[in-house]
Amino acid sequence: MAKSGSGVSSAPNLLEVRGVCKQFPGVKALDGVELQVRKGEVHALLGENGAGKSTLLKILSGALRADRGEVTLDGVTLEPSETPRERQRAGLVTIYQEFNLLPFMSIAENLYLGREPKRRGFIDWAAMHDNSRALLTSLGLSADPRREVRHLSIAHQQMVEIGRAVARQAKLIVMDEPTAALGRREVEILHDVIRALKARGVNFIYVTHRLDEVRMVCDGFTVLRDGRYIARGEVKSMETADLARLMVGRDVELAKRARPARPGAAVLAVKGVSRARDSGGWHAIALSDLSIEVRAGEILGFAGLVGAGRTELARIIFGADHSDRGVLYLHGSELRPLRSPKQAIRAGIALVPEDRKQQGCFLEQSISRNMTLPSLKRISRWRIFVDEAQERQLVEKYRAAMRIKMASSGAAVGTLSGGNQQKVLLARCMALQPKVLIVDEPTRGIDIGAKAEVHQLLFEMADSGMALIIISSEMPEVLALSDRIAVFREGCISGFLDARDATENNLMELMAISTAAGPARGAAP
Amino acid sequence: MTEAEQSASSRRFDAVGWLRRYGTSLFLLALIVFFAVENSRFLSLRNVSNILTEVSIYGIIAVGMTFVILTAGVDLAVGSLLAFAGMSGALVMKALGADSLGWLVALATATVVGALVGYLQGKTVTFFSVPPFIVTLGGMTIWRGATLILNDGSPVSGFDAGYRWWGTGSIAGIPVPILIFGLVAALGFITERFTRYGRYIYAVGGNPEAARLNGLDVPAIITSVYLIVGALSGLAGFLLSARLGAAEAVGGIGYELRVIASVVIGGTSLAGGRGGIGGTIVGALLIGVLTNGLVIMHVSSYWQQVVIGLIIVAAVAFDAYAKSHR
Repeated sequence: MAKSGSGVSSAPNLLEVRGVCKQFPGVKALDGVELQVRKGEVHALLGENGAGKSTLLKILSGALRADRGEVTLDGVTLEPSETPRERQRAGLVTIYQEFNLLPFMSIAENLYLGREPKRRGFIDWAAMHDNSRALLTSLGLSADPRREVRHLSIAHQQMVEIGRAVARQAKLIVMDEPTAALGRREVEILHDVIRALKARGVNFIYVTHRLDEVRMVCDGFTVLRDGRYIARGEVKSMETADLARLMVGRDVELAKRARPARPGAAVLAVKGVSRARDSGGWHAIALSDLSIEVRAGEILGFAGLVGAGRTELARIIFGADHSDRGVLYLHGSELRPLRSPKQAIRAGIALVPEDRKQQGCFLEQSISRNMTLPSLKRISRWRIFVDEAQERQLVEKYRAAMRIKMASSGAAVGTLSGGNQQKVLLARCMALQPKVLIVDEPTRGIDIGAKAEVHQLLFEMADSGMALIIISSEMPEVLALSDRIAVFREGCISGFLDARDATENNLMELMAISTAAGPARGAAP
Repeated sequence: MTEAEQSASSRRFDAVGWLRRYGTSLFLLALIVFFAVENSRFLSLRNVSNILTEVSIYGIIAVGMTFVILTAGVDLAVGSLLAFAGMSGALVMKALGADSLGWLVALATATVVGALVGYLQGKTVTFFSVPPFIVTLGGMTIWRGATLILNDGSPVSGFDAGYRWWGTGSIAGIPVPILIFGLVAALGFITERFTRYGRYIYAVGGNPEAARLNGLDVPAIITSVYLIVGALSGLAGFLLSARLGAAEAVGGIGYELRVIASVVIGGTSLAGGRGGIGGTIVGALLIGVLTNGLVIMHVSSYWQQVVIGLIIVAAVAFDAYAKSHR
């Protein structure tokens, strides 16, 4: 099923990876992997979690050493013993999801770190700032180079990372999941920059789960699965569904829910939530008069750009942040304003937060401890001693219900794949038996197979009569999951859509995204 | 794949992991064997009892310190607080006129004063968001100074036999401080291992934001661990004054370092969320055995400090190395 390399264009290869193997204790992470990047292309590296992409990236960047195999860049063999520094000097720069910027230093200092322009032995600040300004302008970013990096948005920090790679004369920039934390508009800006740099002769390896983005910006692709090379070819000649099939090894599409005959009674109503923008910069946008209602057995989707108010409203409902005005009703009766997640949980509201690692998991602690933490009161004797027999039952019950794959419930949550971690967090909320469940980015950073499973679980929860709020940056996901969709724009709700009538186009209209931007998109599921 | 990795590696023998787990205990055993071979007096009943009594005083505080460090905090004030609470107890007892229950007055006063001061420091950490290092660094000076003020720098002495029994008496041949240390360690272990509160401490240390989103009252939990270590410092202050026959303003100087070293050598991470009281007890014993053994071997006290310092660094360095090489 692989397209043969000879069928691809004859442009010479910039990067050649041949027969790379890497063995970790007990598992073969890479087994004879091949990767070829032609000069002048943006190359997509595709694969599910655990396919070996991260290991390959680390071998390319010099952070890991391959056991066997050969890597050449522009005809020069890269020695396995090279450090990340030497690789960067050779022109291969890797940009990870967690940026390598110094937050308390200026943009210019970050751009020229270790390579500052000098005059008579001292840093030539004028030249450094002029060069930085020119570089930023060429990337379409009009920021003052003297600004400290910590004040920049994620998208702008990413631009600084790219700018640094350009300032180092990178031939090949490897980007790991570059759009995981970006909103739609920011993704488009990133893609414009990538196209512009490509025209200037910079090559990219683009690692992502989002196949629609592959269509938008990539030329060639390589698919890995289970540490093996599976296929390569031209993006243009492939259907999105075919790419997905290559990654997963079977057919996958986002299933829609069989809608319930009639929605139940209103469970949660939120009326008139408002909050002023705060001068400390903690709340970047003002929220004005947000009102929603969720019924039993219903899934209400929150769509909108990052920072449009989706997550902000969810956190206010959950008591994690505060609003200036607004009232919550649960089953028709008014709730005292929730001052903390503790009170929200007691009232029957649960939240799976957007950032699994930072806000959700206790990575070093066991699966069972992660799963039962908020429920301990219920399974304790005299409210003091944890009843471990009951705890085991609880863990087993929700492990089975969530179909979590694990060696033992005593293993650290950090050893699980992203999909299984997310299921542990869902199990944790389910064990609270909430009336309202809010899930922020239910499938961020997890692979397609696990995504379908998480969706199925969310459907089952709604079918059991729970009221669900789902927040997602991925439009196909919002469309597939929701019964109704609330669309957020700049701190307001710009409209509600019934899922039956909703399309990506009318969603984007309400989100205020110009539908003309970007090239034609692949068939949406 | 990571799951596969997990189950596959658990089937094989993992030498680094094993050493990381039992290395400190093995080292303690090796030290005991070494000193016993070097000097026959080392394992005499009298010497063993001496070591354990010495360990008990700071070991009691180390149990509380384990909780503090598990929440990613630290308490540098425990040595000063020991002196302040011990002195307060002795003074209150004297003021009330020492009758046969004088020891009870002193014990209660020292523990309550310790708990109050700990609570105050914990509240300062959580309410004003001052790093615990700073709060307790200040506390270390404040409470030492306050102790000097209390009795104008002089020791309080002249305790009756009932009071002295807590430091020098024994039950069934076992010195009282050792029994109390055993009791405190057992309670600490039960708390850590079997209670909701214990789980919450690990959660707060492992990921405070996630703990908050799971409905935990993070500031209350953090305040409580400083209260606990304060109360235990007060208890230790009472025991030390009973053992020495005097509450001294200079009592417990440098204890904070010995206590923190016990916890850290025992494998509890200063970053919070990882470790436990079992390791702390091994760490406290290791320091006690080492100090005593070096004295018996006539190693100068100057060199003792060098050796103990080296061992602290080596223990943590090994832990970090083992963590990064898996």
